[in-house]
Amino acid sequence: MAESVSLEPGLKGVVADWSSDQRAFKNVPWGKAMMWIFLLSDTFIFSCFLVAYMTVRMSTTVQWPNASEVFGLSVGGVEVPLLLIAIMTFILISSSGTMAMAVKFGYEKNKNVTFWLLIVTALFGASFVGMQAFEWTKLIVEEGIRPWTNPMGAAQFGGAFFMITGFHGTHVSIGVIFLVIVAIKVRRGDLDKERPGFMTGRKGRYEIVEIMGLYWHFVDLVWVFIFAFFYLW
Amino acid sequence: MNMAQEGQQHPISIYFWIWGLLFVLSTLSYMVDYMEFQGYLRWTLIIVFMLLKAGLIVSVFMHMMWERLAIVYAILVPPLVILVLILLMSLEGDYTFGTRLDFFSDWTQFFTGSEH
Repeated sequence: MAESVSLEPGLKGVVADWSSDQRAFKNVPWGKAMMWIFLLSDTFIFSCFLVAYMTVRMSTTVQWPNASEVFGLSVGGVEVPLLLIAIMTFILISSSGTMAMAVKFGYEKNKNVTFWLLIVTALFGASFVGMQAFEWTKLIVEEGIRPWTNPMGAAQFGGAFFMITGFHGTHVSIGVIFLVIVAIKVRRGDLDKERPGFMTGRKGRYEIVEIMGLYWHFVDLVWVFIFAFFYLW
Repeated sequence: MNMAQEGQQHPISIYFWIWGLLFVLSTLSYMVDYMEFQGYLRWTLIIVFMLLKAGLIVSVFMHMMWERLAIVYAILVPPLVILVLILLMSLEGDYTFGTRLDFFSDWTQFFTGSEH
C-alpha cells in the first residue's frame, strides 16, 4: 500500500486517520478490523456477566462458597487448592503461545509449521474444554451444585459459575472448531492459492491466521479475568 | 517495514519471552491463593497480576503495540465505560445488601437475644 509511507505517527496520526477518506484503520486489513469490533462487543458481554456476578456476590447476606476449597483436588490424599484451575490456566496460556507463533510462521508462508502449530493450539483448547467438562461433572454430580442452589453457601454461586464458565467454554469450543478449519485451509494451500472461503468471495490470505489468533488470544484474555475474579477473589 | 504487505512479523523470541512471563505471572497469582493472603493485600495482588497478564496478551500476542493509535484507541477506550457500570452496580449491590439485612434477616433478634 503506497499510503503507508506517508502516515503520521502519534496523536496527529489519530486525527489524520479518522478524518481521511475511505478508511480510518490504516494498515489493518478489513477482516482484522471487523474481528476487533466483534471482540469489543464480546468484551461488553463478558463484562456484563462479571459485573452481574459482582452484584449478586455483594448483595447476598449468605456466606459465598470458598472457591479455593470448592475447586480443590486431592492428590494422593493431600488437598491442593485450585489445582485443576491452575492447570487449565497454564494450558490456555500455552495455547496462546503456539497460536502467536502460528501467526508468525503463517506470514512467513511456512505451511507445514503453521499447520502443526494450529493443530497443537486446537489440542490445547480441546483439553481445556475436557477439563472443564470434568470440573462441571464433579460439581454437579458429587457436590450437588445447581444454578439455583448449592450446599456450600450463597445460592447465586451456581448461577454465576455455570453462566460465566459455560459462556467461556462455548467460546473455547467454537475456537477449536475454527482452528481446525483454518489449519485445513493452510494445509491444502488455500491461502497460497488465494482460494476464496466457503461463504465469502474474498481471497484467502494468511491474514485469516492472524484474525483467528485475535479470537483465540481474546478467549485467553477473558480467562485471565475469570481466573482473577471468580476463582481467586 | 511495510506492515500492510508483510503483516505482523516479529522475532519469535518475543513470543517465547511473553509466554514465559505469563507463566510466571500466573504462578504468582496462583501463589496468592496458595499462601492464603487475605483482605486488601490479596485483592491488590490479584488485580495487579491480572492487569499485567491482560496487558501482555493484548499488546504483544494481539499485536496492539505495533498498531496505529487510531485502532488502538477505537478498541481500548470504549471498555473503560464499564468502570461506570461497576461503580453503579457496586452502589446498587451495597444498597440491596443493606435492605436484605434490614428486612430479610433476624440480626436484630440476634443482638437482643429474643426468640421468635
